[in-house]
Amino acid sequence: MSAGTAFYAIFFAAIFTNNILLTNYLGMCSFIAVSKEVNTSVGLGTAVIFVMAITSVLNWLAYYYILVPLNLVYLRYIVFIVIIAAFVQLLEMVIERVSDRLYISLGIFLPLITVNCAILGASLFMIIRNYTLLSSFFYGLGSGIGWAVAIISMAGIRQKMAKARVPKGLAGAGITLIIAGIMALAFMGFSGMIKII
Amino acid sequence: MALILPQILIGIAAICGITTILAVFMMIADATVANYGTVNININSAKQIRVQGGRTLLSSLMGEKIFIPSACGGRGSCGLCKVKVIAEAGEYLPTELPWITEEERIENIHLSCQLKLKKDISIWIPEELFNVREYKTRVVSIKDLTYDIKQIILVLIDPSEINFRAGQYIQFQVPEYELSPEPVYRAYSMASQPSHKNEVELEIRLVPNGICTTYVFNYLKEGDTVTINGPYGEFYLRDSSRDILFIAGGSGMAPIKSMLYDMAEKNITRKATYFFGARTGRDLFLTEEMKELEQRLEGFRFIPALSNPQPEDNWNGETGLITEVLDRHISSGENTEAYLCGSPGMIDAAIDVLTKKGIPQELIYYDKFA
Repeated sequence: MSAGTAFYAIFFAAIFTNNILLTNYLGMCSFIAVSKEVNTSVGLGTAVIFVMAITSVLNWLAYYYILVPLNLVYLRYIVFIVIIAAFVQLLEMVIERVSDRLYISLGIFLPLITVNCAILGASLFMIIRNYTLLSSFFYGLGSGIGWAVAIISMAGIRQKMAKARVPKGLAGAGITLIIAGIMALAFMGFSGMIKII
Repeated sequence: MALILPQILIGIAAICGITTILAVFMMIADATVANYGTVNININSAKQIRVQGGRTLLSSLMGEKIFIPSACGGRGSCGLCKVKVIAEAGEYLPTELPWITEEERIENIHLSCQLKLKKDISIWIPEELFNVREYKTRVVSIKDLTYDIKQIILVLIDPSEINFRAGQYIQFQVPEYELSPEPVYRAYSMASQPSHKNEVELEIRLVPNGICTTYVFNYLKEGDTVTINGPYGEFYLRDSSRDILFIAGGSGMAPIKSMLYDMAEKNITRKATYFFGARTGRDLFLTEEMKELEQRLEGFRFIPALSNPQPEDNWNGETGLITEVLDRHISSGENTEAYLCGSPGMIDAAIDVLTKKGIPQELIYYDKFA
């Protein structure tokens, strides 16, 4: 178990060696749908970083201070989802208030984060791996950054590819999945750099 | 059992507690972050209304009894509720873009159902929309005028009176049924005259597989309630002393009939000639009524024409396409204005003839079926 692993090791591992998108393949739907333009994916990536870091902490508190003492661990899925959904809703309200520009670039995609399985995944992994509160925060932050790095790289590749003549049957989601697979292989080059779990 | 029950109760209590706390947070956020106070909507630089911010322009206007035509109820899936924004619309949302053309972008035309009111806004809408209302009506009569045209008479229930100009149209709401998963709206001219404020007559021609006409022909019964909104349209009799040409085909009869009965009531005795084009005898309708009107309305003449008369029609009236008949009858277009209602093909062809006869384009008014 990695309870003792230093938080900075967890942080870097979440970005590179244990990238939640490229090693666990979580959060694929928005990854494929919103990776057409770098600008948009930077916005979505930022939102995911923020939401993941904060919800990891909120869910950690809810888990260890409410669910464990009451012996209600089996309710963690529903509780985590509700907390994530409420938080994303609040975030949407705040973004709409403060920045028109960010709202327009994220606007309709923000609700997608609610059902982004990577966010629920991060919360569940931190429980399974017995992370401390500090580690959980950095794990959430790192996972978010890892997810953002992956989607922004993908958007960059797809922008370059916009002019390429992709065979008709592969255009769109097909070629995106293939690229995601190759990116995952590339990220395997990091393995062994940091050892957690 | 005794051990499990408290467990379940604790579980329920915990879930309720957590969701309640979150709901309270949401309510606080709703009242602070999402509270945009009141905003002013300036309409056509003439009218100023104050509404609660944070809602969409469409629903705010509807709350003020100003109806922007919309078919989908504000879900951004029909693209009808376009409004020209004069000041401060902000940028286009991804949900609007599929409906907005390049020219509309330059004119700053937005979908009012997607535009959320956060600050004061100035918009421009057609003047006639101020007069548009939604009416609950009941079908009192459905009658066959021909084999494919039905006359529907609606009595207004709430509000019970409609003010319109002869020649204008309403939108008929088709509820969800077999052919349409969501309510849709179709425009029909009113055939009744404006003095009949309590009822609306429509003349509807069957369009094979048309969503609305199929509904009217196969589902609608006397006694049913129907929702309409209106009136709309710039097709009405202009106030002048010129001679009038009315030209119509098929259910294009409706607005012309309304105008003629209106003229008869107001005793407008300008020289008026009505050319009505049909294919065969069985496409003609309301001929008796028009003949009777010729007696009552001084200066009015009704000229029906068949393009393809059948032997059983015993037809001794005008024969030929409406354009040929017009060509034969009109010697000069001087001091004349024309009102056309019918299919786009017929209207375009008729406009050609009329302009050749010397009627200027701006004195030719028309209502094209789209």
